[in-house]
Amino acid sequence: MADLQKLQNIATQSRRDIIRMVSNVASGHPGGSLGCAEFFTALYFEVMEHDTNFNMDGKGEDMFFLSNGHISPIWYSTLARVGYFPVEELNTFRKLNTRLQGHPATHEGLPGIRIASGSLGQGLSVATGVALSKKMDGDQHLVYVLAGDGELQEGQVWEAAMFAAHYKVDNVILTVDWNGQQIDGPNDEVMSLGDLPAKWASFGWEVVIMENGNDMENVLATLAEAKAKTGQGKPIVILMRTEMGYGIDFMVGTHKWHGKAPNAEQTENALSQLEETLGDYPA
Amino acid sequence: MNLKDIVSTGKKATRDGFGDGLHEVSMTNDNVVALCADLIGSLKMNKFIDAHPKRFFQVGIAEANMMGLAAGLATAGKIPYTGTFANFSTARVYDQVRQSIAYSDKNVKICASHAGLTLGEDGATHQTLEDIGMMKMLPGMTVINPCDYNQTKQATIAIADHHGPVYLRFGRPSWPMFTENMPFEIGKALMLSEGTDVTIVATGHLVWKAVEAAKQLAEEGISCELINIHTIKPLDEEAILKSVAKTGCIVTAEEHNVYGGLGESVAGLLARKQPTPIEMVAVNDTFGESGKVPDLIAKYGLDTVDVYNATKRVLKRK
Repeated sequence: MADLQKLQNIATQSRRDIIRMVSNVASGHPGGSLGCAEFFTALYFEVMEHDTNFNMDGKGEDMFFLSNGHISPIWYSTLARVGYFPVEELNTFRKLNTRLQGHPATHEGLPGIRIASGSLGQGLSVATGVALSKKMDGDQHLVYVLAGDGELQEGQVWEAAMFAAHYKVDNVILTVDWNGQQIDGPNDEVMSLGDLPAKWASFGWEVVIMENGNDMENVLATLAEAKAKTGQGKPIVILMRTEMGYGIDFMVGTHKWHGKAPNAEQTENALSQLEETLGDYPA
Repeated sequence: MNLKDIVSTGKKATRDGFGDGLHEVSMTNDNVVALCADLIGSLKMNKFIDAHPKRFFQVGIAEANMMGLAAGLATAGKIPYTGTFANFSTARVYDQVRQSIAYSDKNVKICASHAGLTLGEDGATHQTLEDIGMMKMLPGMTVINPCDYNQTKQATIAIADHHGPVYLRFGRPSWPMFTENMPFEIGKALMLSEGTDVTIVATGHLVWKAVEAAKQLAEEGISCELINIHTIKPLDEEAILKSVAKTGCIVTAEEHNVYGGLGESVAGLLARKQPTPIEMVAVNDTFGESGKVPDLIAKYGLDTVDVYNATKRVLKRK
């Protein structure tokens, strides 16, 4: 049984990391990062079997890919907090010569990153390729991939969706961060996504709805439900309801903090709303 | 080798060399897998598929997804070969190749058929003349444009043992074969015939045109140093500099736009290291059109006579 309080403390500390990282360089994407803190914490601290002694090929372990690379702050925080690299390194985010590039990259050799992402729509294809390889090798471990909801406007996502269903790639779990927001506004104003559950179902996917991606218990239960559906001939998508900017009262539920850093006053305000549970990384 | 000993032993398409090479390398390297975007027959991939049905993925008409799948397969340790036309291997998927393959340093072999004008009647929508330029601009990308069946087969086999992304460019038509028993090493120029008056460097289908032109020039007493540059990136700079130090002038020949191709790479090298008169045989910044291969070659200035005339021009500039 998962220790919910322990996991929530990690997610809260990651939220502090996110605010401090983007504030420190006055750039980055806090909104989606904050909204996915429970998901990342659950995945890396509870759900996945993975080795912090990083191997690129990920043989014999579960693997995670981030397609919406702009939410790198939450991924970096999680990777550091779980042990892939020192938490002190979070202070180098987006600075010259850093391994923590604005968008995730393999180029600087940051442990935990297996593909560059940032230009949207590519992650599901990559994750599906990895999942195929696991099947060829008889490796029973799973491949997780996270995509944004606005990202589903990219055609390549649906090419990959068609492929994964055709080849019965049932060892991949896609999670869509269904916060309803993208950089120019709500999805419904920018480009309607339509009936997402029906779309995925009609593409031959097993659809799982996560009602509250900002509730740790719900996140864990839904991930377990999704995992139980693997190996049955269908790829699995979790449509994860989250709130962009969750955890900070003036950031929550709006697209306005998608790609904007808080100023000094806002940073102080934001941090006052988040308990320092595990100790901040040194500035 | 003596120029007169470079003779055609028959005709086969370079894409047949790819198909045979893929099959051969797959028999000894279990990590080789292949993907194709609904062009199995055109890419000659049937032999591979028959031998290893479980190592092949038909992806349908979805090239962007194919590049991402290949990046994923490579991440997990496979050596994926992607197969589609050159236009759909580059322009159509440039961002996927850039981010998921090149920037991410994935060991993917992008195998591209029907490059250049010589696919013929399908016309300019399919005749990419920009692909070498696009691919050589990507950091870490190796770009290879073999000249005949045998060299394409050699290259297809060699790239499996070369770690990193590769763009392998070949074509549709039956073409003279003349490199049997010649060596092939990625990044190493192939000296076809030594000479003293002028250097001719050629890549892809145009190598044979250069051979024919050099033979005509030899009859007039002009000694051509004929070099095959199959690897456009990394360029064998030493071989080119050494040759022009001897001959003092150079002609480049390729089935590609004059912008972005082999000629531009050679000109850049010479401008930086050893300024030398240069003439380029290439397509003059235009799209192609439908037509028979010999007619297209003639109309767009890629024929034996064009290499011959360029050589005469450059000799006057020495």
